[in-house]
Amino acid sequence: MDLVAVLEQFPREQTYLIEILLKYQSLKPTQHLNEDELKTVADHLDLPESHVYGVVSFYSFFSMSPRGRYIIQYCRDVPCHINDDFDVKASLEKQLGITTGQTSEDGMFTLEYSSCLGMCDQSPVIRVNDKVYPRVNEKKIKALIAECRSDCDD
Amino acid sequence: MIEKKMITKHIGKIDPHSIEDYIKSGGYKMLEKALGMKRLDIHDEFEKSYLRGRGGAGFPVAVKLMALAQETAKPKYIVCNADEGEPGNFKDRYLMENNPHQILEGMLIAAYATGAKKGYIYIRGEFEQSMKTMKKAICDARKHNLVGPNIKESPFDFDIEIRSGAGSYVCGEEFALLESIEGKSGRTRVKPPFPTSVGLFGKPTLINNVETFATFPVIIDMGGEAYANIGTPSSTGTKLISLSGNIRNKGVYEVPFGVPMRKIIEELGGGVGEGRKIQMIQLGGACGPVIPEYMLDMVIDYERFEEFESKTGAGAIIVIDDRYDMFDILKRVSEFFTHESCGKCTPCREGNLHMLKTLRKFVDKRASEKDLSLLETQARVMHQTSLCGLGQTAPTAVISTLHYFRFGYLNRIEESTPEVR
Repeated sequence: MDLVAVLEQFPREQTYLIEILLKYQSLKPTQHLNEDELKTVADHLDLPESHVYGVVSFYSFFSMSPRGRYIIQYCRDVPCHINDDFDVKASLEKQLGITTGQTSEDGMFTLEYSSCLGMCDQSPVIRVNDKVYPRVNEKKIKALIAECRSDCDD
Repeated sequence: MIEKKMITKHIGKIDPHSIEDYIKSGGYKMLEKALGMKRLDIHDEFEKSYLRGRGGAGFPVAVKLMALAQETAKPKYIVCNADEGEPGNFKDRYLMENNPHQILEGMLIAAYATGAKKGYIYIRGEFEQSMKTMKKAICDARKHNLVGPNIKESPFDFDIEIRSGAGSYVCGEEFALLESIEGKSGRTRVKPPFPTSVGLFGKPTLINNVETFATFPVIIDMGGEAYANIGTPSSTGTKLISLSGNIRNKGVYEVPFGVPMRKIIEELGGGVGEGRKIQMIQLGGACGPVIPEYMLDMVIDYERFEEFESKTGAGAIIVIDDRYDMFDILKRVSEFFTHESCGKCTPCREGNLHMLKTLRKFVDKRASEKDLSLLETQARVMHQTSLCGLGQTAPTAVISTLHYFRFGYLNRIEESTPEVR
């Protein structure tokens, strides 16, 4: 779906700015927004480009650089940390071969830190795109990554 | 049994995706009852109930409701704060995913009592499941003439829209949240004026937490006076507790105010693991105080907590056992706030960075007496001069441990390399 089609789904009001950006970014395989797109959105809503750029740089869901098809996020806040017996972060970095903030060379994975994912009763948790996976361990992480890879082969 | 299920009584018994289930269990009956009442009588029930906001600040709900009802500017808005992002809290997600209609019913009652025509539910972007469940609930309610124009063939109109967060903790703060709905960066505003006079799009707005709205039908059902008989005189009714950390039975529990924390941890939580001891407990989430084990006999109560310069917050209890280094915990709390500060005011933007720097010295055993007094100053300045709740409460964990675990700081200075001391 192109940006114009997304814009047409929403009323032409500033209050929908974040909804529009979220929707469009989620449809792009690279899960990021570029300057031209911000300009198109700004013109459409009659907003200064600087405002749209300000919003994109404020919220951590938005990215101005290309990301992987799968964005994997881990939480390191206290409730997850004290239930993390195997080091989620190190395990993910080792198995993906990238460090936090990087995207794998094949464009498959981006590893990010996220603030609390709100599932502290099932910690430690990780999030892959829209889905949260509770009570992860080394084996589950391995299986999840393999599943993502095979999804892409299809 | 220390649990008392009032707002969670339907959970587990009804299918959250079925409006028919909710209606069969008596759902939306309280909206009908409210529609048959005089508006002032509804306010009266809320005043008698002495319900306090469940999002953390504990502000009396009836005061806000009445303030909105008395405003003459139009339109008026009802906003449900479902931006639950405080580490250790997950009770709003639990309510949204298990009984979405009760939240809608609460918003509808509030709208009728105040004359609001439009509502928003601002849900954390990370809560994909909650978003889906709430969206379906609104859709089904619309089909049943419970949301939209002429609700239940009455002249009362009310529409509800869902807005997604985009990964910003500070948007749980009421003004930052309103800014976000308006399509802006989530930066707070100076108050007063309060949202009930100048809120969303500059119009009068009532903003309450998910749990608060879910309590409204309960109060209409049993009456304000009966509700106030539960709990303690200063803290009426029940509270949802999010129990997490090094505890056997993590989860959400509904208890009446006045229950000692020890009972919650031992009877409901099943205590800590075999051979472990409780080292400390963080209350309310990352923004809350860290207290020692001997304080667990304190009861859950707004006033009792305030005596200890603490807050019940949104009801999180994070149990930390003796395997963890206090400074590592504090460093994580501080990293969280450094990441989430919006940057609008200097004490919070710079203070968090500096406090984190000082805490790292304690973690790495290179702290001196000077660092201790520096940390005390940093924490105090942030607490007293930050613009919103984020910056004011970011140093709470540090302030409380400086008080209750001072020996821990002194020991760490002792352990530090002699050159720095």
